[in-house]
Amino acid sequence: MPTYSLNINNKVHKIDVDQGTSLLWVLREHLQLTGTKYGCGIAQCGACTIHVNGSPQRACVLTVDGFADGQKITTIEGLSEAGDHPVQKAWIKAQAPQCGYCQSGQIMQAVALLNENPKPDRDQILSYMNGNLCRCGTYMRILKAIQLASENPPSVS
Amino acid sequence: MNMPLKSQTRRQFLKSSSSVALFIGVSGILPQLVSCKNRKKLQETINKQRLTAWVELAEDGHVTIYNPAAEMGQGSMTSLPVLFAEEMDADWSLVKVAFSPQESAIYGSDGWGPNGKVMLSAGSRITFGYYSIMRKAGAQARYILLYSVAKKWNVPITELSTENGIVIHEKENKSIGYGAIVPFLEIPEQLPEFTEDQLKSPASFRLVGKDLERTEIPEKVNGKAKFAIDLKLPDMVYGVLERGKVHGAKPIIKNEEEILALDGVLKVVPFEYAIGVVATTLSKALAAKKQLEIEWGKAIASGFNSQEAYGAYEKIADQNKNGQVLTEIGNTKSAFRSAAKTYTADFKNDYVYHAQMEPLNAMVKVMEDKQSAEVWVGSQQGFDSKLGVPQHLGIPPEHVNINLQYLGGGFGRRSMTDFVLECTSLAATMPGIPVKLLWTREDDVTYGAFRPLTLQRLRASTDTNGKITGFSHIVVGDGGNLVASGIKNEHYDIANQYAEWREVSQGIRLKHWRAVGHGPNKFAIECMLDEIAHDQGIDPVELRRRLMSKSPRALATLEKAVAMSKWNEPSIAGRAKGMAFLERSGSLGTGVCEISLDTKTGKIKVHHFWNAVDAGVIVQPDNVKAQMEGGILMGISSVLYEQITIVDGAVQQSNFNDYQILRMQDIPETVETEMIASSEHPQGVGESGTPLVACAIANAFLKLTGKPLRHLPFTPERVLQVLQA
Repeated sequence: MPTYSLNINNKVHKIDVDQGTSLLWVLREHLQLTGTKYGCGIAQCGACTIHVNGSPQRACVLTVDGFADGQKITTIEGLSEAGDHPVQKAWIKAQAPQCGYCQSGQIMQAVALLNENPKPDRDQILSYMNGNLCRCGTYMRILKAIQLASENPPSVS
Repeated sequence: MNMPLKSQTRRQFLKSSSSVALFIGVSGILPQLVSCKNRKKLQETINKQRLTAWVELAEDGHVTIYNPAAEMGQGSMTSLPVLFAEEMDADWSLVKVAFSPQESAIYGSDGWGPNGKVMLSAGSRITFGYYSIMRKAGAQARYILLYSVAKKWNVPITELSTENGIVIHEKENKSIGYGAIVPFLEIPEQLPEFTEDQLKSPASFRLVGKDLERTEIPEKVNGKAKFAIDLKLPDMVYGVLERGKVHGAKPIIKNEEEILALDGVLKVVPFEYAIGVVATTLSKALAAKKQLEIEWGKAIASGFNSQEAYGAYEKIADQNKNGQVLTEIGNTKSAFRSAAKTYTADFKNDYVYHAQMEPLNAMVKVMEDKQSAEVWVGSQQGFDSKLGVPQHLGIPPEHVNINLQYLGGGFGRRSMTDFVLECTSLAATMPGIPVKLLWTREDDVTYGAFRPLTLQRLRASTDTNGKITGFSHIVVGDGGNLVASGIKNEHYDIANQYAEWREVSQGIRLKHWRAVGHGPNKFAIECMLDEIAHDQGIDPVELRRRLMSKSPRALATLEKAVAMSKWNEPSIAGRAKGMAFLERSGSLGTGVCEISLDTKTGKIKVHHFWNAVDAGVIVQPDNVKAQMEGGILMGISSVLYEQITIVDGAVQQSNFNDYQILRMQDIPETVETEMIASSEHPQGVGESGTPLVACAIANAFLKLTGKPLRHLPFTPERVLQVLQA
């Protein structure tokens, strides 16, 4: 079984898994980084959104083999030490989550948006967030949280 | 510590503990204190003594309140503890919340009916069911604190008061924080039972009715909130099942030897309707599942085509053979005979799927001697708080412990126990080893349990003044209360009413889906009213005002929604407003939406949604708004996009690529909720928004185009067909 070195949340992890193992299962089942969720397995729901070198990606359709070159992987656990990233704070202020299952993915997608575009307008937010499903119907508050955060833009990491 | 306090000196007890659980007694048993240090012992004491433990108090002043309900996003981790804290007069900033043990004799509510205590988070019943229980228990906790201080200070208890976590003796200008009472906490011989009139009146609420941040939200934004799917125990193995595309089809496995020989596969477990695989890792379990070769037998659903069912259902509605009568007020037949005008319309709705974001899963460990089991699960609980696991294993209920986790969505799906029992069956083959069962999204869709497909035949009669004199509603479909809920019109003054269910079964798995039968039934009823209003040239508001003449609470929601939506002001060109009223889970609500239509594509766009709700006392106003927003968005989703179709018994959808739910680009510009001020017992709001949507959209469409939409969902293709008809 091959060993892979992955740079996750600024830490190098060595993992022994079969070639082709889903990055989502590596994060969740091997490293217990369970903030990244399984929702569909086919990049349709966004619950597993992580950052790869700062860009939002769906971990469920990535395999472990593609990340041995030191790409920086960031998960919700690596977003801030104390859960106080400006986007997380805005999420609390807006009381956005309901069941909460999709929210890690929503937040990771929103952080990527604000890094790219610190002052997005409503349509830009809706368009950028369109791949992240929320069944509880918290979209109104996700929108509000992003608007709150964009008034207090996070520093680009 | 192996015995409750009774057999020990208080000194021994206090040495062993810096926090205590207040066991507030069920009648006949003295209240007791038990250390919280030994969790297992605490659990055993609770089981054995059948006492009620709602709260732990620590010397540092922290108060941990037990929440007896599931948390699936509806905010129970805040709304129920806040009721307790209100009467305990606790300092909310020092309150922590934990799930209570799943013991219905202790933590159950009788809000489900007269048949004893139940722990069940469904039907939007938890605030209704626990409003008195939590407040009375909180008042008893406060009484114990007052009693202890009165003894210690040797003052009459009546001279003591409380304020925000402090006991005060005003006369001597003394005060003490709740935590500081722990070392001399003493339980009275008899604990008073508080009645409603001894509790705070809603006007003096300090926490209830205020917007407090939900207690569990911080861990839902940092990835730390644990859902059952996130749990991992040492030595844990993984289970998956391959179920048939036709519900209930029996499997014959063709390559069991081959599967068992695969790397990491531990077991192949046959089920009546599936083949299970247990493997060392999730990847290996999923790989083995893909390689299963199974021959599927026939099932009841074989040959069933959902979109052809409506023809057969129409014939059933045509028959003179009656089904089960659900309502009979007056005589609709004579009303129809003497009518100036009669109306008849059929309404239809396709199957819909829950689509909760966390696919079903559970973790079960059956102990090596097979005589006890631990279960970790996100469940809406049930009439059996042990979720059927004891019967499944043939062991006593007290040998099964349910560890409730956050639910990644419920919507009715997690009040079923199929996935829990599947996991139990797998775990029973691996005694001593925890087994985690995962349903893939494809499993979750294809082996879903859907809101039933129905056909509804509505007939109404009016007299020469346009007054509705008779209203008849026949629903044809499967599922009993799943299709019957919401069929009654208790807030409309119609002299002659009739409702009936005609059963037809297709062998498709069915389940409560947010608001249950209210979705399809209110769609049919409220659209029928607007079709009558449209035909008679009456404003739909005016028509409902007349019908609500004897229901002032209903009327108040109508008038509020009219004002909020500026109903009387015309919409801008290309837009129109539509309305709907309903009762659900005891709350009353009127919704108004404004839509536009792309006549080329058939796509409906919802621009605004206003709704006014009377749900009695509002415990958490912002959370009620959140529930209404979420309910309305889920309603828009189901009404515009969602559709499960079945061909030759097989579910045709499998994931979010072919089962579309609302995405962010299609949200309305605004969703506004206003709550009618009330001091009545609180009612449910989790399901009150969703069933407003279908009728409000269809009624707006009728106003915009003059044409009725009578078949859910209103997909662009169907909308174009209606426009071209």
